[in-house]
Amino acid sequence: MSIELLDATALLLVAMMRAAVPLALAALGELVTEKSGVLNLGVEGMMLTGAVAAFAATVSTGSMTFGLLAAMLAGMAMALLFGFLTLYLLTNQVATGLALTIFGIGLSAFVGQGFVGQTVEPMAAVSLGALSQIPLIGKLVFGQDPMVYLTLALTGVIWWFFARARAGLVVRAVGESPHAAHAIGYPVRLIRLGAVLFGGACCGLAGAYLSLVYTPMWVEGMTAGRGWIALALVVFATWRPWRALLGAWLFGGITIIQLHVQGMGVDLPSQVLSMLPYLATIVVLVLISRDSTRIRLNAPASIGKVFHPEG
Amino acid sequence: MGMFKGTRLAAVAAVLAGLLGGAATAQAADPLKVGFVYVGPVGDLGWSYQHDVGRKALEAHFGDKIKTAYVEDVAEGADAERVIAQFGQQGYDLVFTTSFGFMNPTLKVAKKFPKTKFEHATGYKTADNLGIYDARFHEGRAVIGTIAGHMTKTNVIGYIGSFPIPEVVRGINAVTLAARKVNPNVQVKVIWVNSWYDPGKEREAAETLIAQGADIITQHTDSPAAVQVAEEKGVWAFGQASDMAKFGPKRLLTSIIDDWSGYYISRVQAVMDGKWKAETTWGGFKAGMVKLGALNPAIPADVQKAAMDVKTGIEGGTLDPFAGPIKDQDGKERVKAGAALTDKDLLSMDWYVEGVQGKLPK
Repeated sequence: MSIELLDATALLLVAMMRAAVPLALAALGELVTEKSGVLNLGVEGMMLTGAVAAFAATVSTGSMTFGLLAAMLAGMAMALLFGFLTLYLLTNQVATGLALTIFGIGLSAFVGQGFVGQTVEPMAAVSLGALSQIPLIGKLVFGQDPMVYLTLALTGVIWWFFARARAGLVVRAVGESPHAAHAIGYPVRLIRLGAVLFGGACCGLAGAYLSLVYTPMWVEGMTAGRGWIALALVVFATWRPWRALLGAWLFGGITIIQLHVQGMGVDLPSQVLSMLPYLATIVVLVLISRDSTRIRLNAPASIGKVFHPEG
Repeated sequence: MGMFKGTRLAAVAAVLAGLLGGAATAQAADPLKVGFVYVGPVGDLGWSYQHDVGRKALEAHFGDKIKTAYVEDVAEGADAERVIAQFGQQGYDLVFTTSFGFMNPTLKVAKKFPKTKFEHATGYKTADNLGIYDARFHEGRAVIGTIAGHMTKTNVIGYIGSFPIPEVVRGINAVTLAARKVNPNVQVKVIWVNSWYDPGKEREAAETLIAQGADIITQHTDSPAAVQVAEEKGVWAFGQASDMAKFGPKRLLTSIIDDWSGYYISRVQAVMDGKWKAETTWGGFKAGMVKLGALNPAIPADVQKAAMDVKTGIEGGTLDPFAGPIKDQDGKERVKAGAALTDKDLLSMDWYVEGVQGKLPK
C-alpha cells in the first residue's frame, strides 16, 4: 500500500473513532444501568440534556471542563428523576424511560433557546509532538481528542468492574435476582440507583461530546436518534462492554465508509448505503454473540421488572 | 427526533396556549388569529427557524391587531392533520403549514373548515381556501454556484444532499450550471445523508467530501455543521436557510437566506382587507423571499461583481438560471440554446445536468 492510501485509511479510522464516541459512551452507561436490572429508555433525553447543559455551561463560564461536569450533572439529574420514579414509586420502567426522553427533548429545547446560534471553540486534539506526526499511527494513536481516550479507558474499567471486581459482582447479583441480593442484606434500590446515575452521567457526557467537540454548537434535537442506536447496541452486544465499543466503531465506521463510497460515485442507491451501518452492525454483533446459552447468562435476568423490598 | 415529534412538550404547551388564548381573546377586540405548523424545532437554525422569524416579523408589524401561535416539530402524517384541525376548531383566520408532507392533511382540514384560510408551503394542491407558496431557492444557488466556480482551486465542489426530491436536485443542478458557466472544468460531487437534519452526519459528509478533494462545500441540509467543518479544515462554505456567518467567520463565502417576513405580512394584510384569495406564489430574489447574506471580503472584487451580476440579472428577468443549452449527465441535450426550462419542468426535475458526479438515486 502506498503512503497516501495508508494515510487515508488512518484518517478514516480517526473519523470512525470520533463518530463512535457518543454512541459508545451512551451505550456503556446504559449497559451498567441494565446490568443492575433497570431498563432506562431515556438515553436520548439524557443525551440532549447533557448536550445543552455542556454547551450552556461552556458558553457561560468559558471552561470546557465545567461544560463536561455540567453535562454529567444534568444527565445524573435526569437519571435521578427516573430512578426515584421507577425504584421508589415503582412506576413502569419502559413508560417512565420513554417519558424521560420526551421530557429531555422538550427541556433541552427550552433551556437551549438563548444558545441557538452561538459558538464555542472545539476541544483540541491531543498533541504529543513528534509522536503525533508518525504516519498512519501518529494521528490514530497519539492525536485524538481526549474524549476518545476516555471512552477507551471507560470500556476497560467497566469490563474490569464486572469481570473482576467484587462490587461488580454485587451489581450483577442485583440485576440477576434482586430478592436474593436483598435477602443477604444488599441495599438493592440504592445499588440500582447508583447504576442508573452512572448511566445518566455517561449519557450526559455523550451529549456533551456532540455539542462541544463533534459539532460545537447547540441546535435542538441534535442527537438525531443516537440514543436509540446506543440502546440497541447494548442488546446486540449482549451486555459486554468491549462488544458495545466494537459495535459503536462498526456503526460509526460504516457510516463514514458509505459516505466515501457515495463520493466516489459507486453506482449503488444512497438509500441502500444509508442502511448499511445498521445492517452490518446487527449482523456482526449477532454473529459473534450467537451462543444462546451465553446470552442468557449475560442478560440481566430481572431487567425491567419492578422490585419491592418487602414483596 | 422522529418518533415523538408530535407529542413534544413544547408542542403541547403551544396548543394549550392557543386554547387558553382563544378563550381569553373571544371577549376582547378580536385580533386576527394566525397559526403556524412547523415540521422541525424552531431552534434548528434552518428551515423552521426562518419561518418562525417570519412569524415574529408578523407580530412586530401588526402588534395587537393579530395573535399568532405555532406548533413545532409536527410529524408529517396523521399527527399533522390533528394539529392543523386544532387551529381550525379554534377559529383561526389564517394557518400556514410549512412542510411538503403537510400537503394532504392541509387539504383535508381546509375542506372541513371553509371559514379558515390555509396556506401550504412547497406543495402543489390547492382549494378555494387553500393557497400555496414556495421560494425559488435555486436563484440563490445560481449565485453561489458562480462564486464557487471562480473560487475553487481543485475544481471539485462538494454538495451534501438531504433527499433526492426535485427541489434538492434543482439546487444541485443550479449550482453546477452556474459554476460550469464560469469554469467548465468544475465537477460537483454529491453525497446524500438521507436526513434533513442530523448535525453529526452532516459533519461526516463534509469531512468525506473534503477528503475526496472538494475545496468548496455547499449543502441542502439544515444545520451549520458543514460550515464548521469548512472553517476547521480551511475550505470554503456557504450558509443554508439562515445567515451562518458566525459558524464560519473566515470561511463562509455567503449564505442563501429564506425570508418569509414580507410574504407573511402581505398575506395577513390581504386577509384584513378582505382581499385574500387562494393563490400560487413562487417568488425568488425579486419578491424578496430569497436573500443573500453578506459577501465574504475574501472574495475578489471581480468575483463579487460576477455574483452580483447574476443576482441582478435574475431579479431583472434578463438571466434565467435554467436557460439552454443544457446537457444532462449522459451528454444528451435537454434544453436547446434559446429555450429554458419551465416551472413545470423545474418542479418535477429528476435528472442531473452535465458536471454532476454519480447517479441520482431514484
